[in-house]
Amino acid sequence: MIRPAQSLSLTHPLAIMGNTSSMLTQYDIEEVQEHCKHAFSQQEIVSLYQRFCQLDRNGGGFILTDEFLTVPEFAVNPLSQRLLRMLNSLNFKEFVAFLSAFSPRVPLQQKIEFIFKLYDSDNNGKVTFHDMLDVLRDLTGQFISEQQREQVLTRVLEEAGYTKDSMLVLSDFVKILGSSDLKMEVEVPVD
Amino acid sequence: MDTAGMLKPSSSELDLDRPNIEDYLPSGSSINEPRGKLRLRDLLDISPTLTEAAGAIVDDTFTRCFKSNSPEPWNWNVYLFPLWCFGVLVRYFILFPARVIVLTLGWIIFLSTFIPVHSLLKGHDKLRKKLERVLVELMCSFFVASWTGVVRYHGPRPSIRPKQVYVANHTSMIDFIILEQMTAFAVIMQKHPGWVGLLQSTILESVGCIWFNRSEAKDREIVAKKLRDHVQGADNNPLLIFPEGTCVNNHYTVMFKKGAFELDCTVCPIAIKYNKIFVDAFWNSRKQSFTMHLLQLMTSWAVVCDVWYLEPQTLKPGETPIEFAERVRDMISVRAGLKKVPWDGYLKYARPSPKHREKKQQSFAESMLRRLEEK
Repeated sequence: MIRPAQSLSLTHPLAIMGNTSSMLTQYDIEEVQEHCKHAFSQQEIVSLYQRFCQLDRNGGGFILTDEFLTVPEFAVNPLSQRLLRMLNSLNFKEFVAFLSAFSPRVPLQQKIEFIFKLYDSDNNGKVTFHDMLDVLRDLTGQFISEQQREQVLTRVLEEAGYTKDSMLVLSDFVKILGSSDLKMEVEVPVD
Repeated sequence: MDTAGMLKPSSSELDLDRPNIEDYLPSGSSINEPRGKLRLRDLLDISPTLTEAAGAIVDDTFTRCFKSNSPEPWNWNVYLFPLWCFGVLVRYFILFPARVIVLTLGWIIFLSTFIPVHSLLKGHDKLRKKLERVLVELMCSFFVASWTGVVRYHGPRPSIRPKQVYVANHTSMIDFIILEQMTAFAVIMQKHPGWVGLLQSTILESVGCIWFNRSEAKDREIVAKKLRDHVQGADNNPLLIFPEGTCVNNHYTVMFKKGAFELDCTVCPIAIKYNKIFVDAFWNSRKQSFTMHLLQLMTSWAVVCDVWYLEPQTLKPGETPIEFAERVRDMISVRAGLKKVPWDGYLKYARPSPKHREKKQQSFAESMLRRLEEK
């Protein structure tokens, strides 16, 4: 149930983005929904807002890195540091947009784009051998030697028709991952 | 007190007392192990890991344990609102002063009898202890009356016998008071600052209390020894331990620390369930101080709860202390209708140990190497 409250438009500088103690108005919800291209239902957005406020303990309108790391399930995830770089200083609207890649309503293309962005740490639209090695290192830690990691990566790259010096772009990722039955969905609990 | 503050990285010493979390965490991912030769697609497809991370961002069992659910407002109507206002007036201006008077009276009676007993009967220890026990129980009854506590006790009352320890789930410091009014337990507690600390060091000292400091890892061994010594003594009050180590919101239980279960004695479980009908008794130490918490209770209609004294348990042959702890946690959770989560309560104050992430990395690495060999 959406309670009428002091309506702070999302475009207002002191908007809910910066003042999370206020409630979401219908207008706010619709704006967030527009921004994330209807990846979430209105009820889900309300739930996500409650979650956002819960994580944003100091009420600054942004969830800080430390606040994300108070969630143990997130802190033990091997890719948490890379994700934190993307999650840094997101306001609520951007937070929902970030999570929209995990909505079942969103096309595979968008999910692949998300994965690409995670690899492309310097944001130049190109994923290098080095980028892929970085992610592989996060995922395998000390249980594979650096040398072996490079060997494995080089081998699978070459088998797929690329080389160690290849710079992959988004369309490459789409080609490689597009045919797979990639499942990347998260359910937003709705009370 | 329990400051949210900065999270410290978990030291290996803090791990000593903790059960192996890997045994309780959902094993690996629920996605089927992919088979077949390793391809580029398999290395680039990080979706399972990402899904787990996003799932944790959207909702996680650990944060749920400490969420205090604000009650639904029922005063949203034209005629319900004035009724609610009337209720507020009664609670704040009639009940609250009356309760303060009751509590003050209780303190006067208590102090005027406790202090003489404590100093005059120095030589007659047995009698003195008995009287002090009765007085502490009485004082706790006054406390419970000051919140209009409606407590139903089920099961056989605790008896004073050596080699037994009582464990209960933890929701607020008032758990201790509610149990103490029935039986003068000795308790192991975190030392608090302020007036609570003063109470701890004077009155609770008489029923026999053990102090620990959460942030001091070396403290752990000293405390473990004190526990063992206390339990062995025939004359000591029965020991009450809250193995969760922190206050949880009375909908979940977090993992029990094994300390209470390796003392080589009988463990008597106690389950406590609060009815939130008038007030939520969960003490969210991050949100309010204990004083504010008490004031909130004293300005509510009543604190309603059920206490079940469950069947004493001993370590079964071949059972480890951790399994024993989990078995007892299970009994308490079932009785009080609480859900179990596989998290250590101390994660409130420290980051998870890196070995959990390492376990995930290890399983990924092994799977990858295995598939490399396949044709």
